Amino acid sequence: MSDEPIIKFDKVVKRFGDLTVLNELDFEVKKGEKVSIIGPSGSGKSTVLRILMTLEDINGGVVTVGGEPLWHEKGPDGSLAPASETHLRKMRTQLGMVFQQFNLFPHMTVLRNITEAPVQVLGLSKQEAKQRGEELLELVGLADQAQKYPHQLSGGQQQRVGIARALAMRPNILLFDEPTSALDPELVGEVLNVIGKLAEEHDLTMLLVTHEMRFAREVSDRVCFFDQGRIREEGAPEDLFTDPNEERTREFLQAVLDN
Amino acid sequence: MLFGIAWDTSSGWAFAVSILPILLIGMWVTIQATVLGFFIALVVGLVWAALKAAPLKIISWPAAVVTEFLRDTPLLIQLFFLYYVLPEFGITLPAFMTGALALGLQYSAYTSEVYRAGIEAVAKGQHEAARALNLSGGRTFSHIILPQAIPRIVPAMGNYLVSIMKDVPLLSVVTVLEMLNVARIIGDRTFNYLVPLSLVGALYLIMTLVASAGVRLLDNWLPKQGIPLK
Repeated sequence: MSDEPIIKFDKVVKRFGDLTVLNELDFEVKKGEKVSIIGPSGSGKSTVLRILMTLEDINGGVVTVGGEPLWHEKGPDGSLAPASETHLRKMRTQLGMVFQQFNLFPHMTVLRNITEAPVQVLGLSKQEAKQRGEELLELVGLADQAQKYPHQLSGGQQQRVGIARALAMRPNILLFDEPTSALDPELVGEVLNVIGKLAEEHDLTMLLVTHEMRFAREVSDRVCFFDQGRIREEGAPEDLFTDPNEERTREFLQAVLDN
Repeated sequence: MLFGIAWDTSSGWAFAVSILPILLIGMWVTIQATVLGFFIALVVGLVWAALKAAPLKIISWPAAVVTEFLRDTPLLIQLFFLYYVLPEFGITLPAFMTGALALGLQYSAYTSEVYRAGIEAVAKGQHEAARALNLSGGRTFSHIILPQAIPRIVPAMGNYLVSIMKDVPLLSVVTVLEMLNVARIIGDRTFNYLVPLSLVGALYLIMTLVASAGVRLLDNWLPKQGIPLK
């Protein structure tokens, strides 16, 4: 793990109408770091990921990914202008996202879900993409499901396809937006196992928004507690979960751990 | 005699049997006009839908105005316009082509709304997944969104197919010899309107029933792999 931040939020503001979701957020992630984001709903956790994936723009501040501004382009005189679609396309190649609702393409087979973008966007041949897809299905334990359609799989299996699909684009940064929140309780484990394996074996930078406190504690290098559009408290998981400094963190942890 | 086929007025039944081949020639014109008009409506409607969905108002607004105009003026006016006014600008089309074009243009305004509703019913998450995978806008539309919209829009498009078929007799006013026009000519010449008009009604019923059954078959046949239809 190097010390250079691969993701940097500098006084980032995000508003939806009158509602301020991110309130001058400062936030950094180092290359290879696994960071979990926890906090009450509406605290802006998912918005951080959606801004990084360029699904939401920002109203103020600067977001930097890999040293380059994400939502801005540097002009020749060094000034920042709003990013063009070309710039966003280029920046997006560094990122991958796993969605709460999986968002698989329902009319495509599992394998086609994974190979579509590598063929169309990265220009891989169908053969290369198929091979990569099969390797990834092996990795997530679904090698025998390649020709099925998403609706023929369980939620847990669908989410594992979602992870394989994101990995097929070879991102440096993988974003997980509540990847187990839409799953039946007995299916959560299989998805967390895959994410845990990735965290252990790959030097991917991982950002995980989750309500699974035990898992966040096991898998992350650092946990950030979000509240009202800012990081209220952050630290190593053992510190934050066992002995939080802030009363607000303590309340939140008590409330979720009681359930 | 019409189209070289003579009729037999000795009895009602003999008359009906003798004019049936003549009416079938007219029916073939009706079918051709329906198919061509429907094809134009499907293609042009998709273009309208894509333009109206454009993020730039300078593109979406004119498309919205044109479709509103097409929808809110009578088909007959549009037909007369194409048939009588366009030649003044040097554009002369055969009556049949003019008729099919008028049908197709008016119905393109309706089909564009069907496309729009079908496209909007595709979950937002599908757009987001496509964007996260860096698929281009065109690829997303043609390979992610449209295939999921089509199963939703088939029943509504089928209704418009039947509507177009039932509007074809309007083309008789610009001299197209479709089925009703043929029946009227037979009536004018024999002073027997009952038999030809009844036959046209029966043939229309058969055509619309067949078309509806075809649409239902297509609807059942189309794969809807896990696509939630509302």
